[in-house]
Amino acid sequence: MSELLDSTRAALTLLVSLDPDLWEIIGVSFRVSLTAMVLAIPPALLIALALARLAFPGRWLLISLANTLMAVPTVVVGLMLFMLLSRSGPLGEWRLLFTQPAMVIGQWLLAIPLLIAMLHAALQGVDQRAWETARLHGAGRVAALWRLLGEARFGVMAAIVASFGRIIAEVGSAVMVGGNIEHFTRNITTAIALETLKGEYAQGIALGLVLLVLALILNLMLGVLRGRGQQTLSS
Amino acid sequence: MSLPATLRNAAIILGATLLTSPVLAADNDIIRLATTTSTYNSGLLDELLPQFEAEHPYQVQVIAVGTGKALRMGQDGDADLVMTHAPAAEKAFVDAGYGVEPQGVMYNDFVIVGPQKDSADIQGLEEATKAFKQIADSDALFISRGDDSGTHKKELALWQSSDIEPGFEGYRAAGQGMGKVLQMASELQGYTLTDRGTWLAMQNKLDLSLLMQGDPRLFNPYQVILVNPERYNDLNTDGARAWRSG
Repeated sequence: MSELLDSTRAALTLLVSLDPDLWEIIGVSFRVSLTAMVLAIPPALLIALALARLAFPGRWLLISLANTLMAVPTVVVGLMLFMLLSRSGPLGEWRLLFTQPAMVIGQWLLAIPLLIAMLHAALQGVDQRAWETARLHGAGRVAALWRLLGEARFGVMAAIVASFGRIIAEVGSAVMVGGNIEHFTRNITTAIALETLKGEYAQGIALGLVLLVLALILNLMLGVLRGRGQQTLSS
Repeated sequence: MSLPATLRNAAIILGATLLTSPVLAADNDIIRLATTTSTYNSGLLDELLPQFEAEHPYQVQVIAVGTGKALRMGQDGDADLVMTHAPAAEKAFVDAGYGVEPQGVMYNDFVIVGPQKDSADIQGLEEATKAFKQIADSDALFISRGDDSGTHKKELALWQSSDIEPGFEGYRAAGQGMGKVLQMASELQGYTLTDRGTWLAMQNKLDLSLLMQGDPRLFNPYQVILVNPERYNDLNTDGARAWRSG
């Protein structure tokens, strides 16, 4: 028990003292996951819009596919990407294995299905008249789209927060295609998973705390947003 | 809660404890062996375990981690015995009273492997320190275990005797097991230090060559150490002794 307390105390000291190694690891996590999100949101939004607004053959198949891929284990994505990027793999020429871009691709692949499924649900739930009303009032397509997103903002934010939460907390893909290389591809989760092998737990606890605090902040943000949504409804 | 209900619950708990205690006693059939990933990856245990388990009434649970973690598990009483290969750390482990009866069990040696084209030109060298110096000087990639394992400690000792600060341009600390590091060296076409067992078990799957071996500095003795039974009373020390003597 004192072991746990000692490690936690050491962890807090590391965090507060801005230990450079620790914050470098946190930086890698955020850089990789934020990049993956920025690259994933636009295509996912377009596909979700198409799924919600257009009727085309294969639409339900696509929706089912997105829902299925949401459940793919991160290690499976990591393994597939590893084989693609390996020197003996079809994309080996790119020399991307064990780099941050490889981690971004892995997390991008993990985020896309979740984003599509949740964005689709959010946009589908919006009153279909929002678009038509905006158009009738003379709004252009872009303005009408903006209006639609505004109507669905809670669902859209929930999709983004949930996807970010999934990819920043995933370890399977990051360790396989990133490799946990110090100063290069070591992020929060791979450090926790593999650095504790050294038998030094303080850093693992500190990094775990960072993830917990992040989850708390994201959920608070969602809560605030939800509160606003309810106010708009009742006013 | 009424008194009769409390009594009944107490009886249930007591009964459950009595019922499960034979199961707890049966746990003494299990030997928890904390060892290094290199031992595990070499396939040696796959050979030894079935034979041992056929001859003894014990079941061996192998926990493959770095030497640092293995010794830590011994210190925390999470293993019955440890099998590691880091003489200095093992000595400290025994000196601190965490482990008893250290015994050398087998030998292995380290080798330096790297890309076939050998840009640091270390093939045929006789001194490991010279090879390390040339790798650092030629700014070739070197993949380090970086996980506080016995192999990692050995590597750090070699850098020290080569008067080189590990952390040069091409130095990559992976924080992973030997198999993973070999795979990484193969993918990135870098050099690494590996124990011969893991190399032999994996070389067919790797695009690497054995470039340097035979320096006495690369000697790799393994020790089995029993976790001190005076520190924890639920250790399977008898099983651990049986395992050590084969």
